[in-house]
Amino acid sequence: MTRKKRRLTLIGLGMLLLSAATALVLTAFQDNLVFFYSPSDLQTKPLAADQRFRLGGMVADGSVERDGQTIRFTVTDYAASTPVVFSGILPDLFREGQGVVTEGRLNAEGVFQATEVLAKHDENYMPPEVSDALQRTGKMPNTMTMPDSTPQTGS
Amino acid sequence: MPGDLMAAFSIAELGHFALVLALFVAIAQSVVPLVGAHRGDAAMMGMARPGAVALALLVGFAFCALMYSFIVSDFSVSNVFENSHTDKPMLYKISGVWGNHEGSLLLWITTLVVFGLAVALSSSNIPPQLRARALSVQAMITVGFLLFILLTSNPFERIDPAPFNGRGLNPLLQDPGLAFHPPMLYLGYVGFSMAFSFAVAALIEGRVDAAWARWVRPWTLVAWTFLTAGIALGSWWAYYELGWGGWWYWDPVENASFMPWLIGTALLHSAIVVEKRDSLKSWTILLAILTFGMSLLGTFLVRSGVITSVHAFASDPTRGLFILLLLVVSVGGALVLYAWRAPQLKGGGLFAPVSREGALLLNNLLMSTATATVLLGTLYPLIADTLNLGKVSVGPPFFDGVFVPLMVPAIIAMAIGPMLAWKRGDLRGALGRLWMAAGLGVAGMITVWLMRGGAVGDILASFGIGLAIWLFVGTLMEFGDRIKLFRAPLSESGRRARNLPRAAWGMTIAHAGIALIVAGVTASSAWKGEAVQTQAFGETVTVNGWDFTLLSAETFEDENYTGVRGTFRLSKDGEEIALMTPEKRTYTAPPMPTTEAAIHTTGLHDLYAVIGDPTADGKAFVTRLYFEPLVPFLWYGSAMLCLGGLVSLSDRRHRVGAPVRRRETQAAPGAKPARA
Repeated sequence: MTRKKRRLTLIGLGMLLLSAATALVLTAFQDNLVFFYSPSDLQTKPLAADQRFRLGGMVADGSVERDGQTIRFTVTDYAASTPVVFSGILPDLFREGQGVVTEGRLNAEGVFQATEVLAKHDENYMPPEVSDALQRTGKMPNTMTMPDSTPQTGS
Repeated sequence: MPGDLMAAFSIAELGHFALVLALFVAIAQSVVPLVGAHRGDAAMMGMARPGAVALALLVGFAFCALMYSFIVSDFSVSNVFENSHTDKPMLYKISGVWGNHEGSLLLWITTLVVFGLAVALSSSNIPPQLRARALSVQAMITVGFLLFILLTSNPFERIDPAPFNGRGLNPLLQDPGLAFHPPMLYLGYVGFSMAFSFAVAALIEGRVDAAWARWVRPWTLVAWTFLTAGIALGSWWAYYELGWGGWWYWDPVENASFMPWLIGTALLHSAIVVEKRDSLKSWTILLAILTFGMSLLGTFLVRSGVITSVHAFASDPTRGLFILLLLVVSVGGALVLYAWRAPQLKGGGLFAPVSREGALLLNNLLMSTATATVLLGTLYPLIADTLNLGKVSVGPPFFDGVFVPLMVPAIIAMAIGPMLAWKRGDLRGALGRLWMAAGLGVAGMITVWLMRGGAVGDILASFGIGLAIWLFVGTLMEFGDRIKLFRAPLSESGRRARNLPRAAWGMTIAHAGIALIVAGVTASSAWKGEAVQTQAFGETVTVNGWDFTLLSAETFEDENYTGVRGTFRLSKDGEEIALMTPEKRTYTAPPMPTTEAAIHTTGLHDLYAVIGDPTADGKAFVTRLYFEPLVPFLWYGSAMLCLGGLVSLSDRRHRVGAPVRRRETQAAPGAKPARA
């Protein structure tokens, strides 16, 4: 086999793989892209029926109600709020007045049925989507520890 | 004690000073040996070795200084104040050093210079020019990161007056698994810098040959082995610490470590072709550049916080920008050099598509394609956000949907490849010798499928198990072939096994490890059993035939946390197997709750229990119970990968002299390699 022929075979194989990968990526993208909305977005942006998406904001103070493993709470960006219901054990860092991202679907009554509540490793961390959404509504709580709020250092 | 305090003061300051000195040494190191190699000036090239030693001593001193500040809880150092606490156990005071941005960056640089030191001190059969150039390139990377740490992330920043106590380390990080996870990962990430430096040095020199591959491969192997261990430790930690019974989430930070692993795996295999067949040279150089590029990208993703991740720690955009700049300059520069110089690297041996080289190339193509798809999925949310396409997240279904189909051919080929001869292989012959692997694979698939009840939904997962069996048996058969097992007297086979190159042993162990991982991944994703409920005392919940009875729950206190500990009786068919005691802890510094799952392993499967909050009347708890089939196989498989890497590393050809480099005058284009 000559050098040229070998190169052609290799390029052919590479192209074949690349197109297969592209096809895979496109199909997977079509089904699996999950969009992020804040409670305010839900009032303005149209949603396809039964669309799976992420809802993020702050857990409203005093909104958490537990009934066995079913938990109801309200996600708010201080301009709008959405009631959420979730069944299961919440991540350790879930707390009222803290940022949260949930994934699931909106039911006919306008209640967000979360199948996932995302855990964070760091109590001071706020998902960028949430802080963006809060900044847009101008409701960023100033008590919230923002990223890189290192204390004043002396040197 | 004021005396101690004074000592601590000066030690942190000295650490800072050592870093500044190291910067100047690194600047000199990145210029002098390079110029020396260009001019053929032995004295200037000779600078490389003492330079590397000085760098390692200075940075090593700075690292020890920071560790000392953590150990003596010197809260006048802002980093110690932020991340430590006097009540913390010693292990976590030490691991707190790298449990934060500044400290982990210092660990990065320390690893970088230690690798430089290792190359400087390693056996002297590397030509002085190549060594000088590689160490210069390594020093350039060091300059970049030293600037980064000194300008944006000084770990020795002071607070005046010093606070009385620190804020403590994130309790999730107070765990033995995580104490060692970052250093392992960094040894892997940063280890690829050596392959990068050698690749750039070879481009400057304009020459790549079998000898080059033989020097580069051990460094790649070291990096790959550490990275494997680091990823496995992280995954194991996520499995038992996060309390969700999952071991991989396709989280951006996990992907950040997985991408260098994938492409590093490709590099590991293509370097074999360069070494044995003097072929695929420029491709290997490109892989070496890209692998380190992926390591830098991983560092960028983790440290900049541009991507939403369960791992995302509070971070600072200017730091992200700096790493991005480092990434663009180093990888961009290397790629420009590559575009300019690579055409001069003439390929050597020709080979047919069906051959050992061909199989290794297929591995390369699949691994690089997989890396590209993971990269796309990881960066897509960032791209979409920048282009105002909305805020999206790309979750596990995407990665599963793309990654799994790419791995299927890879695993099929993985059993066949080692059976093929170099240059021109006999596919039919190889398949003929693999009949038993194929037969057992199909039989295993059908058996598993029938055992699961023959449902359509189980076909794919059963196929996964079949693949694992195919690979496992195929790998063993290839090994058996080599030592003439059952075709020669056992003593003869034993002798052959002893004389087999360690690299062959390494491959067999690692490939068999992958087979175990495939089985573990398949079974645990497809057949995991899960039950979430409110469970009263004395109540039994059955998951996949295993009975979990909640017996009691009591509160308790420890050194730096309080908690609730539940006791479950785990039984099967009425027979008690074990008592399980999951905990829910609340740490005092910083105040933060964590979940400690209880895991009982049968060696084949894991049983996993988590206790949540009590109900209002306190007579029941929310509990989460899992049946985790074959999850232990993941850890066995990962251990075998690392073992395979280490065994291969001990191959004598890495220690004894590499083949003598051909003189340039003798090197004719397309000449036969020194040895096949």
